[in-house]
Amino acid sequence: MSAPTKIAQKRMLKIENLHVRVAGKEILKGLSLEVKAGEVHAIMGPNGAGKSTLGNVLSGREGYEVVEGSVIYQGKNLLELEPEERAAEGVFLAFQYPVEIPGVNNTYFLRSALNAQKKYRGEPEVDSMQFLKLVREKLSVLHLKDELLHRAVNEGFSGGEKKRNEIFQLALLEPKLAILDETDSGLDIDALKAVADGVNLMRSPERAFLVITHYQRLLDYIKPDVVHVLADGRIVESGGPELALELEAHGYAWVKDRVAPHMDVQVSRAQDAQERPA
Amino acid sequence: MSALLESLQLAFADAAQSKTALDQAVAIGFPGPRTEQWKYTSLRPLSARRFVAPPSALAELNAATLETLASIPGPRIVFINGNYAPDHSSLADLPNGVTFESSGTANADDDSRFASAHDIFAKLNTAIAKQGMQIHVDDSFVPEKCLQVVFVSVGTGTDLAIHYRHKITLGKNAKLALIEHHVSQDSQQHLINTLCDIALQDGAEFSHARIQQDNAGNSHFLRTEASLQSLSVYRRLDLELGAHVSRHDLQVKLLGDGAALYANGSLIASGRRHVDTRLDIQHIAKNTSCNLLWRGLATERGRAVFHGGILIEKGADGTAAHLSNKNLLLSDNAEIDTQPVLVIHADEVTASHGATVGRLDDGHLFYLRARGIPEAQAKAMLTNAFCKQTLQVLGNEDLIAQVAPSLEKALQIIEVQA
Repeated sequence: MSAPTKIAQKRMLKIENLHVRVAGKEILKGLSLEVKAGEVHAIMGPNGAGKSTLGNVLSGREGYEVVEGSVIYQGKNLLELEPEERAAEGVFLAFQYPVEIPGVNNTYFLRSALNAQKKYRGEPEVDSMQFLKLVREKLSVLHLKDELLHRAVNEGFSGGEKKRNEIFQLALLEPKLAILDETDSGLDIDALKAVADGVNLMRSPERAFLVITHYQRLLDYIKPDVVHVLADGRIVESGGPELALELEAHGYAWVKDRVAPHMDVQVSRAQDAQERPA
Repeated sequence: MSALLESLQLAFADAAQSKTALDQAVAIGFPGPRTEQWKYTSLRPLSARRFVAPPSALAELNAATLETLASIPGPRIVFINGNYAPDHSSLADLPNGVTFESSGTANADDDSRFASAHDIFAKLNTAIAKQGMQIHVDDSFVPEKCLQVVFVSVGTGTDLAIHYRHKITLGKNAKLALIEHHVSQDSQQHLINTLCDIALQDGAEFSHARIQQDNAGNSHFLRTEASLQSLSVYRRLDLELGAHVSRHDLQVKLLGDGAALYANGSLIASGRRHVDTRLDIQHIAKNTSCNLLWRGLATERGRAVFHGGILIEKGADGTAAHLSNKNLLLSDNAEIDTQPVLVIHADEVTASHGATVGRLDDGHLFYLRARGIPEAQAKAMLTNAFCKQTLQVLGNEDLIAQVAPSLEKALQIIEVQA
């Protein structure tokens, strides 16, 4: 029996038993996760747990070998799509380390990206006037200076500027599923707030966020609906926002101690938690 | 004697600029495979070919070429197959402070210049060339407009030996912007041999772009010799986009204190093209500087050769010399040879040089694709950006806008072929 769609949230992403190898070494070891439209999920975990691998494998980076499991995004097998197709389908990765691309003008890059996505979706492309109008709108909302547009992609940007540029791209491209890979790392408190404000402006019932972070700090500003703990390649604990606070108080060793002896039990608990209504 | 030298001796026996130099060239002969300066560019296939002198009657231009010419603004100087073409030139707005002559005056020391086999083309040029651009800018004169010079090579049914002799002199504190366009009509396999002398007096500033976009049959040999007096500035851009073989020897002598050279170039070797640029930068006076940024791209069976020679003479204290040569190797059958050479005899200098050969950066490519840009388009964007870095040397948006389309067009053709 199907529930009326108006009430039930649409499932956006379903990751099941995902095993991923990088350079021959298994990094993700049976990760399962389900995200519905409108939700903000935080993925927390110690260094080396596989957090960035998750972001990279979802966005289609080369060198990440899926050996088992599936990723269904809006009814499609995400793993079969090229990175550019995933982007056009609405998957966005805010990079942990945005690269500097000398010689490629930021405006030109952004317009090419937006129009490539529109072309893929069969929508009309925007001309330079329409694009400029759109860009100015987004810039003012995010309180960014427009000199950023005249420079090469990320070239000479400070760490904070690079991360804000990622959020600016997020605002411009309006993805359905945004993955923020340690967007808080290396940011001072002002930059962190600016980034969080940008993300909060983008929250909507149609859009989901996967916020990958090492620290609880970012979650003070971006309130998650669900918090997951990723350790040793899988989700070992899931809960509400209070889980992040517990982690902050006790450290990741606490999770390891708690879950290591009864891993199987904890995994099933984690899945229960994901299925609870948000 | 090689077929090439024999044919030139025959073709120019009665029409040589200098019979002495022609005899000397024939006596010197072509450099062998062990000659350092020609190690990566074999002259064997070329030296077995025969060429004739260009006819003095101007070749007809077709509609496409005329359209190209019309798109180039005046003041415009046009040469066709080695001969000045006044009817296609547009010198009405050549200002009074600039003089142009199409027939060359040889230097007094020409016969004694270029005694070695590795200078054979320059030697042949002094022997044969009678025409070219002789341009002089008066002291302190600053023309408003950029001067455009177009060299058209046209198929005539036979392979021609085309020789140009250029001389560009800027008086004290004079300025000049000049763009050279090298274009082809029809498919032909001419030999085009050019010698260009440039002299900048104290405080002169010369912005010079050369766009070589000949068809894939022509063989180009160019030797540029520039001398820079005190506080003069030479900005130079070479876009090597065409020809079967294109060899450029660029010698710049920084003779006056505080003279500055900015020389950039993009070497695009696609198809079966062979591009070879050899720098010989000599810091002789104090507080002189050079900034050299060269980008090479080799794809299909193309080959790009770069030699970046910088010499800092004894006493040239305060010299700042910087060379960057980066190359993109896009095919397994393509080849890139790069050799930066820095020789320092002075004490107080800052110098750096570096050369790399690589592929497109995976991280850059993924970043663009992750934003929705398809792979082929992302590669084209990165390749364009890489090759266009050199354009900034012109330091003037208007000049950059005039030369950029040629480079973009050449890169588009590569994308189609790939």
